[in-house]
Amino acid sequence: MKIIGMDSSGLVASVAVWNDGIIQAEYTTNYKKTHSQTLLPMLEEIQKMTELDLNSIDAIAIASGPGSYTGLRIGSATAKGIGLALDKPIIEVPTLEGLAYNLWGCRDLICPIMDARRKQVYTGIYEFDPDLSVIMEGCAMQIDELIDKLNEFGAEVIFLGDGVPVYRDVIESRLQNEYRFAPPHRMYQSAGSIAALGAEYFKEGKYVSADDHAPGYFRKSQAENEGPKNFEV
Amino acid sequence: MMEKDVTILAIESSCDETAAAVVRNGREVLSNTIYSQIDLHTLYGGVVPEIASRKHIEKINQVIKKSLSEAGVTLKDIDAIAVTYGPGLVGALLVGVAEAKAISFAAGIPLVGVHHIEGHISANYIEHPDLKPPFMCLVASGGHSHLVLVKDYGEYEIIARTRDDAAGEAFDKVARAIGLGYPGGPKIDKISKEGNPDAIPFPRGKVEGSEYDFSFSGLKSAVLNYLNGCRMKGEEFSQADVAASFQAAVVDVLVTHSLHAVKEYGIKTFAIAGGVASNSHLREAFEKACKEEGIEFVHPSPVLCTDNAAMIGSAGYYEFIKGYRSGTDLNAVPNLQIGEKQGVFLAK
Repeated sequence: MKIIGMDSSGLVASVAVWNDGIIQAEYTTNYKKTHSQTLLPMLEEIQKMTELDLNSIDAIAIASGPGSYTGLRIGSATAKGIGLALDKPIIEVPTLEGLAYNLWGCRDLICPIMDARRKQVYTGIYEFDPDLSVIMEGCAMQIDELIDKLNEFGAEVIFLGDGVPVYRDVIESRLQNEYRFAPPHRMYQSAGSIAALGAEYFKEGKYVSADDHAPGYFRKSQAENEGPKNFEV
Repeated sequence: MMEKDVTILAIESSCDETAAAVVRNGREVLSNTIYSQIDLHTLYGGVVPEIASRKHIEKINQVIKKSLSEAGVTLKDIDAIAVTYGPGLVGALLVGVAEAKAISFAAGIPLVGVHHIEGHISANYIEHPDLKPPFMCLVASGGHSHLVLVKDYGEYEIIARTRDDAAGEAFDKVARAIGLGYPGGPKIDKISKEGNPDAIPFPRGKVEGSEYDFSFSGLKSAVLNYLNGCRMKGEEFSQADVAASFQAAVVDVLVTHSLHAVKEYGIKTFAIAGGVASNSHLREAFEKACKEEGIEFVHPSPVLCTDNAAMIGSAGYYEFIKGYRSGTDLNAVPNLQIGEKQGVFLAK
């Protein structure tokens, strides 16, 4: 079984190929270029490097949200285009679960935090027992609310994600439990994690057609939130 | 001269239309699929970029598949994929660009990035199979007002542009001000038929130091001032008269400047394109003015004036046969200039 994994939900662009339990290739960049300039050229590069016959893949796993709206759509449209051309399905891997999968086997509570602006984070709480299990579903919430929740749990926590540099000080001053931050090579989105977790999803039959896939944003657009009467174009 | 047919799949998502088309040899439209989101945006009185982008990603595969099936082709029959990569709303453009690049990569089909305005101009090639450059073309829509000299296929010189509002933008703003709602173009066109175009002498905007450039913000302000004046005096105003007088001023400026340039440059054929080119008064005025000057006047049918992918397929064809190719790093460029390129020409 072969799966292409992609994550363009945040600052990192990452692509990987999972082949029967092996990450055959992974390419990750965290550089100023846009995902439109990096994601597909990176996939093209690993396809050439590993002489990958695209027709031999079974599915495309994509970090399906939350994340940057534009970033998510670049990844989704790339996955949908490949899916359309090759008639392959898409595995929607929630971005936060993909992040948690970076820390497979860790015995702490795993808490990915992504900067969602407006003083909020996209977050969830996960643990491995031994498979990934969800303690708190992914959502958008205030960082203070998250810390209150973690204080209630009272367990050791490991944080990762692009929210860490933004909210490190808040965590350090308010969290009463033991905590750690993930090391740099596990801190951000990785397509290897998306592909590996995607493979588990695929075995369980959790995938959609390329036509039906769309990102899960966690939020309505500002216009929809404010309503037609209050929103002026 | 043509050795083999060239069939192009075209994708367009620069604003609020998700569109795909299959075009043969730049002129023959095998399918032209448009999913319009206008009802969604009408609620907000204009296009909401984030809503547009979200709809594009939901609909794009279905639109492309419908276009292929209506044309009776599969990707195996496609020689190139043409996609709009600017100008337009960046988030909206990126959906079409990422999708087109991925199909190109996965199916091994060459990619051609196309300028949206060059697409609008090329709609005339579809409508008029005998049309050949050189000709002058006025492109007027909600986002653009350009007078372009088409020197050859894919070779353009901008003769004039708007210094402020696009013509279509002025229609939308005035329509909102007189209570007609969105989209303003068709609504003003319709109600103007009942109004007197000479009722209110709105100004014909001029741009200092340029014979051909357009300016519509002064006209828009004049309309708003007139409406304010009526309100202060407690007088009712006639929607139809304001609409007709405003429309007459816009059309007058577009026709005068365009015809002046056509004569100055010694061009024999004049074309219009873009959403505003559907305006019935504009068409009649150009028809009349061109006839008087002995200039051939061409224009696309309304479906080819709105944003559509067939026109992108036509423009893309002429780039493709010249050897132009875009790569997997093609990016959306919201302020793309006419003639600007992101790609390479194959060695002959």
